[in-house]
Amino acid sequence: MTILHGHSAALRTKRRREGLRTLAFLSPWLIGFSVFFVYPLLSTVYFSFMKYDGFKPPTFNGLTNWTYVFSQYPFFWAAMRNTLWLVVIMVAARVVFGLGIGLLITKIKTGAGVFRTFFYLPYLAPPVAATLAFAFLLNPGTGPVNQVLGDLGLPQPGWFNDPTWSKPALTLLALWGIGDLMVIFMAALLDVPKEQYEAAELDGAGSWKRFRYVTLPNISPIVLFAVVTGVIQTMQYYTQPLIAGKTASGVIGAGAGQIYEPGYPGKSTLTLPQLIYSLGFQRFDTGSACVVALVLFALSMAFTALLMRRRGGLITVED
Amino acid sequence: MTHTVTARPPAPTAPGGPLGTAGRSPAARTARRKALLHWIAVHCLGIAAALFFVMPFVFILLTSLMDDRQALTSALWPRSWNWDNYANVWNAPGFLTWWRNTLMYAGLGTLFTVVSSLPVAYALAKFRFRGRRIATMLVISAMMLPPQVIIVPMYLFWAKQMGMSGTLWPLIIPMAFGDAFSIFLLRQFLLTIPNEYLDAAKVDGCGELRTLLRIVVPLAKPGIAAVALFQFFYCWNDYFGPQIYASDNPAAWTLSYGLESFKDNHHTNWNLTMAATLLVMAPVIIVFFFAQKAFIEGVTLTGVKG
Repeated sequence: MTILHGHSAALRTKRRREGLRTLAFLSPWLIGFSVFFVYPLLSTVYFSFMKYDGFKPPTFNGLTNWTYVFSQYPFFWAAMRNTLWLVVIMVAARVVFGLGIGLLITKIKTGAGVFRTFFYLPYLAPPVAATLAFAFLLNPGTGPVNQVLGDLGLPQPGWFNDPTWSKPALTLLALWGIGDLMVIFMAALLDVPKEQYEAAELDGAGSWKRFRYVTLPNISPIVLFAVVTGVIQTMQYYTQPLIAGKTASGVIGAGAGQIYEPGYPGKSTLTLPQLIYSLGFQRFDTGSACVVALVLFALSMAFTALLMRRRGGLITVED
Repeated sequence: MTHTVTARPPAPTAPGGPLGTAGRSPAARTARRKALLHWIAVHCLGIAAALFFVMPFVFILLTSLMDDRQALTSALWPRSWNWDNYANVWNAPGFLTWWRNTLMYAGLGTLFTVVSSLPVAYALAKFRFRGRRIATMLVISAMMLPPQVIIVPMYLFWAKQMGMSGTLWPLIIPMAFGDAFSIFLLRQFLLTIPNEYLDAAKVDGCGELRTLLRIVVPLAKPGIAAVALFQFFYCWNDYFGPQIYASDNPAAWTLSYGLESFKDNHHTNWNLTMAATLLVMAPVIIVFFFAQKAFIEGVTLTGVKG
C-alpha cells in the first residue's frame, strides 16, 4: 500500500516535471501568441465599437462603424468583389498553370535542372521589385509587351491603367511567380506509384486517360491544398495591387508624404488589406479599419478551418 | 515523409539511348520515332515556357542600361550601354542605408526566429501533453492570419506605448517569440525524425535540452536551413511592415520600401528603377543558387501531410 502510494507520488512528481518542461519549451510561443495574436485581436474587436482617431480618447459609438463599413463606405463591397474575382480566376489560373508546369518539368529529360531554375527564379523576386517590373513591362504606351503586341497587329490592352485589364495584369504577375506551386506539384507527381502507370498502360490507357485516372486521384490532396492556401494568400493580397495601382496612377515616390487612394484604376485593384491601411493610417478612422480587419479575419479563418478538418483535413494535426 | 526532388534519369527510350536496339523491326522503329517526337514536343513546350519566365528579366536588364531619355520611350534595345546607372543607384542618397537596414532586419529577424521557434516546434512534434493538438491548430491559425488584421492595435502599442515608430524594431522584436510559419515548418520536419534517436540519447542520460541541441539540431539541419531561408526572404521582401513603422523616417527604410523612390518630379526613372530592382533581386537569386536544396525541401514540406 505504502509502496503503491510512494509510487504514485513519484509518478505525480514526474508528471509535474514533464508539464513544466513542456511549458518551458513552449514559452516563446505562449508569450508570442498572447501578445501578438490574442491581445491585438481582442483590441481590434474593442476598437470596432469605438470612435477613435488616434489622438482624442476613444468614445463608444455602438454599431456605427459596422453600419458605415457595410452600407456607406464606398470601397468595401468593391474590395469584396475584387477579392472574389481574384479567388475564382487568379487562384484557378495559378493552380492549372502550376500543375501544367509541374507536369512539363517531370517530363523534360534534357537540361531539367536549367529549366527548373528558369521556372523557379521569378518566384524569388521581391514583390515590390516584381510589380514595378511588370508596371514597366505592361506600360500601355511605352512598355515592351504592348510594343510586341502592336508589331504583331494584336490589340494593346491598357493593363494597369484600365479597370477591365488591371486584374488580368495582376494575374499575369501571379503566374510569373508560380515557382512555389511548381515545386509542390513536382514532388507530388514524382510520388505517384509507377506501378499504377504501368498497369494503366497495359490496359491500353492513352496519356489523357492515364492523367485522368492515375495522376489526378493521386495528387488531388495536393491540388486541394494548393487551392485552399491560394485562397488564403489572396485574402492577404496587398503589396502587388498597391504598387501596381500606385505606379500606374502616377503617384510618385515613397514615404509619408505620398497620398495614394488605393484602388486605381476605378477601384479595380482594391483589396481588404489595403482598406485597413487606408482607413486606419490615412483617414485615421480606427474603428472602421478594425471592422474591415475583423471581416478579413473571419474569412481567413473560415478557409484555414478547411485545412484542418479532422476528416479529410489537408494538414494532419493528429499524432 | 519527405521528398528529395531529383530529376529522373533519362528513360532508355530517349533519343541517343541504347544503341544497337533491335531497331530493325518496324514496330521498334515506330516506337523510337514516337519517343523522339515526344521528346521534341516536350522540349519545345519547355523552351516556350522558359521564354515566358525569362523575358521579363531580359527587358528589365536592357531597360536598366538605357539613358534617362530613352528609358521613357517604347524602345526595346538600348542605344548606348549606360552601366553607370548601376553606380548612380548604388550612390543614390539613402541606398546604402536601406541596404544596411534590410540586412539588419533580415539577419536579426532570421536569427531570432530560428532560436525561438525550434524549441516550440520540438515540443509540438515530440512531447506528449494535453492540448497538443489544439496548440498545433492555433499555430496554423496564426500562420494564416493576414498581418493587416492586427495592425491597428499593434501600431498603437509600438508607436504610443513603446515609442518605437520610425524604427524597424516593431518588426524584429516579435520574431524573438516564435514565428508561426517557422514553427509549423520545423514541426513538419521534426516529425520525420525517428523517436529511436531521441530515446537513445535519453538512455545515455541527456535531458531534453541537450537532446535538442546535440541530436535534433544536427539531424534537422535541412529543416532549419529552409526556415532560415524563408524567414530571411520574408524580411527582405517585406513592404507592409516598413511602410507602417518606417515610412516617416527615411533613415529606417528598407530596400523593398525605398525601391519606389527612383523618380523625379514628373515620372518614374525606369532605367534607375529597373537597375535598383535587379540589385534588390540579386542577393536573393545568389543565395538561391547556393541553397537550392534547402529551398525546395522547405517548399515541399509545407505541401505534404506531416
